[in-house]
Amino acid sequence: MNTDFKFSRTLFADDRVDGVDKVTGKATFAAEHQLDNMAYAVFVCSTIAKGSIKNLQLSQAKKAAGVLDIIYHDNCPVIPGYNPYAKDPNKKGFEWRGLKIFQNNKVYSNGQPIAMVIADTLERAVHAASLVKAEYVKEEFDTDFDGSKTNEKKLKKSGEYKRGEEDAFKNGEAKLEATYTIPIETHNPMELHATIAVWDGEDKLTGYDKSQGPKSVQRDLSQNFGLDEKNVRVVTEYVGGAFGSALRSWPHVPAACIAAKKLNRPVKLMLTREQMFTTVGYRPHSWQKIGISTDKQGKLTGITHHAISNTSTYEDFNEGIVNVSQFLYDCPNVNTTYHLLPLDVNTPTWMRGPGPATGCFALESALDELSYQLNIDPIDLRLINHADVHPVNKLPWSSKYLKECYALGKEKIGWDKRPTVPGSVTEDGMQVGYGMAVGVFGAGRGQASAKGILKSDGSLILQSAVSDMGPGTSTAMVTIGAELMGLPQSKVNFELGDTDLPNGPTQGGSGSTAAIGTAITAVCTALQQTLKEMAIANIPAFTAFKPEALKYEKGIISISENSSVQISISELLIKSNKPEIDVIKDSARATAEAQKYAMNSFSVHFVKLHVHPVTGVIKLKQIVSVADAGKIISENTARSQMVGGAVGGIGMALTEAVFIDNRYGRYTNSNFADYHVPVNADTPPIDVLFVNIPDNIISPTGAKGIGEIALIGVAPAIANAVYNATGKRIRELPITPDKLI
Amino acid sequence: MGIMINFEYTRVSSTKAAVDAKSKNASAQFIAGGTNLVDLMKKGITSPERLIDINRLPLQQITTDANGILIGALALNSDVAEHPLIKSKFPLLAHALNAGASAQLRNMATVGGNMMQRTRCSYFYDTTMPCNKREPGSGCGALQGQNRMHAIFGTSEKCIAVHPSDMCVALAALNATVHITGPKGERKVLLTDFHRLPGNTPEIDNVLQKSELITGVHIPTNTFNKSHYLKIRDRSSYAFALVSVAVVLDVSGNKIRGAKLAMGGVAHKPWRMTAVEKFLIGKETTKENFTTAGNMAMEGAVSFGHNDFKIKMGKAAVTEALKQAVQNI
Repeated sequence: MNTDFKFSRTLFADDRVDGVDKVTGKATFAAEHQLDNMAYAVFVCSTIAKGSIKNLQLSQAKKAAGVLDIIYHDNCPVIPGYNPYAKDPNKKGFEWRGLKIFQNNKVYSNGQPIAMVIADTLERAVHAASLVKAEYVKEEFDTDFDGSKTNEKKLKKSGEYKRGEEDAFKNGEAKLEATYTIPIETHNPMELHATIAVWDGEDKLTGYDKSQGPKSVQRDLSQNFGLDEKNVRVVTEYVGGAFGSALRSWPHVPAACIAAKKLNRPVKLMLTREQMFTTVGYRPHSWQKIGISTDKQGKLTGITHHAISNTSTYEDFNEGIVNVSQFLYDCPNVNTTYHLLPLDVNTPTWMRGPGPATGCFALESALDELSYQLNIDPIDLRLINHADVHPVNKLPWSSKYLKECYALGKEKIGWDKRPTVPGSVTEDGMQVGYGMAVGVFGAGRGQASAKGILKSDGSLILQSAVSDMGPGTSTAMVTIGAELMGLPQSKVNFELGDTDLPNGPTQGGSGSTAAIGTAITAVCTALQQTLKEMAIANIPAFTAFKPEALKYEKGIISISENSSVQISISELLIKSNKPEIDVIKDSARATAEAQKYAMNSFSVHFVKLHVHPVTGVIKLKQIVSVADAGKIISENTARSQMVGGAVGGIGMALTEAVFIDNRYGRYTNSNFADYHVPVNADTPPIDVLFVNIPDNIISPTGAKGIGEIALIGVAPAIANAVYNATGKRIRELPITPDKLI
Repeated sequence: MGIMINFEYTRVSSTKAAVDAKSKNASAQFIAGGTNLVDLMKKGITSPERLIDINRLPLQQITTDANGILIGALALNSDVAEHPLIKSKFPLLAHALNAGASAQLRNMATVGGNMMQRTRCSYFYDTTMPCNKREPGSGCGALQGQNRMHAIFGTSEKCIAVHPSDMCVALAALNATVHITGPKGERKVLLTDFHRLPGNTPEIDNVLQKSELITGVHIPTNTFNKSHYLKIRDRSSYAFALVSVAVVLDVSGNKIRGAKLAMGGVAHKPWRMTAVEKFLIGKETTKENFTTAGNMAMEGAVSFGHNDFKIKMGKAAVTEALKQAVQNI
């Protein structure tokens, strides 16, 4: 085999530091770790929506070649952490959220793991799992979101808010009231969720796991199995996408550990694509109703926003869908309610842009609709209602360049060509439409630690126990480290994805760059200080000076007033007899700042599209996504993240929906042929623009966050463009051709 | 969940050997590109005891004869779509092929396999669900279930599945003939007679008898000078048709001298619309006539809830396909 790849790190250096490893197969993802004596676990999943297991027929499976064990509720060891305070309910503390796998014979959803077959090869485990047959006692169940959302007895209140007058929209000079629905959407990243568990004796556990937060998996496992955290190591060197599905430990994670312990050998458990639909969360099914009004000049006078989203019967999942209506625009009268509808399905979870992605679809669609009623340009309508201070807490924003986003995007998409009368312009026989919508998500800075190791060869290793699910965290940290230390990027490495490294945050909510970047900044400052002190201590030419009189630049320590007195890092370390120096630094949460400022990232998405007037087929022509995400650290990976978010938004708007057959409570399209994620042919040229003004209140790097605002607002921008093209207002996603004929 | 059951594998080098091998084992199946069969085996929907690999049979060629073109059963979908003879003489077929599946699948899938592919009905694929096609007598899950993708013509209470092929819709419009060999010798079947309606035996997709092998498909020379394949789907690639229309016309000036139309995504087989064809012959290429044709095309359609839209969409698609065909050269 010719392994002489023509790629070189320098070619990709500006793009993605792990790009070469990923495209050449060198990157090792969770399921790819090869361990001696590894066994393979495969789930058997329920085929009913609710009830209990009467009997599992295991004899055929047990006889199958290579089968080592079958674990299910009758023979599964008790997991101490599943219910640690059962004997002492007054004790508060960690309790496993979610499904406690194999601890009883209950079935809460169709597709729930009910047994696990372990064999010496994956193929044999798969085959034996197919031989396990379950007999159930079925119970009545409900998976029908549309049918049950009007049943008030089933709804659980999950928050309400009011300022000013309730339902003020009813008295507005221009007003509308409308409902919006979004079906279940799944994350389904390319990489399947997988865990390899390895025990070393009774009390040491290593997990190779697909995770957005290795440290949180470490905490979960140490608590599940009653182990010291230091005895649990979680490795997540590379992640092949996640979008929120890997924000928490799902039942397969402890399951792999249970199997490995029982068999006393390493066990790998990888989900199938079908199981990805029923065990690792999804964006919940939602229903929203908005009442909104303005005066004749377009000034908002009232917003009423109600939402219902589904959860499971065994766990509440709330994502604050209505919150955007409380603060995105200046409006004196706002009231919102949010209810959960527990159904006999698996639990939903955070999916890219959780909350606002759903809320903005309703709010931004409603504003667009009002703009036609008022005959005011949709951008102008938003400018009229621009909030200068946060309408809920009255705090100023740490930074807000939303107006700049409008201006940049308007120019780039050619907004002046937008038809003011819907359906009035055609190009090549296709109806032309332009639309726009705003995205917003919380910003801030979480806690993180990082370590820097500076070596006498002039190289710098940075470390933190985060994982990089794809946004380019490694690349951003290398960029920050190289810039602050004045070193070439080729000399800087970022090591991550291992809980043996300094504590890093879970990657989610668009916070990685701000949190870890702040810690890295502190590390670089400390390293420079250490270098200066070393020079004074060990190098005669510097001994007469104080650290303040020295300067550090591009790997050289010199006297500020006489730069001819200088020494390189390498020389300094060698002369000091130190092969390397290291420091660990923390960044604290931005709690003090959070009391003085409102902190958000903003985006505005613009869409140009064609709709076929007869067949209803939509062809996107151009997307322009503009972000106010603070300082952009790594332009190419940031751009790539925005493009990915836009594609996710295309899926939300046009193609993605999970179908359930409510007679069986079972998904009918849990595969990639029938669950449609957008393909290249659905994706137009996507222009990404950044305001790129640092927010130094949130973090010293100036970064806010990109991950969520990349997607939030894309779906309503597309729906608004569809209206502009056709005069048809579609409030039920996805907008498939049948809705436009 | 997949199933791994041992099976025998044998490779044959002549059509006679292929037919002989299949005659000896009722559970044996031919495998060519495997783009559907392997999935069916992994899903536990079919479990042949023996696979007979026919990829080495000399059936890849595309040749002309006095009456038209013969495409070997093992010609790859992608090769056929790019073949100069097909592109010049039967552009409809090239367009239909390129509208199907993905580039990767077209590179593996053969013409014979394309005809033999099974429905993508989700109840057929989920072995925990009822499906008369997979398990006769178990009921039709789709009839009152999720039936957005399902048939509006030729359905029965036993089955409302559709045949998923794009290629076959074009071949139906082109009056193609399937060449078959078997223990009793060779025979020819019109493509429109090859696939069957579900009736009371939805488990039987087509008229191919046990031990018979498709050797090729013949497309007769024709006088059509306009054609179009219109496929409406939920995403721009790698999605089955909501509805599709294959149309070929012989147009002189603005007069239609000949017309053949078939639809996909609407029935258990490619759905030829002979009444519409009769109506169009002798008519002018006007919007009104095309609209009437669209309305006629949907006469007798019966929908099942989620697929109600197909009737309206079918009218629109036929009308639009005719319009596009006239604009095409």
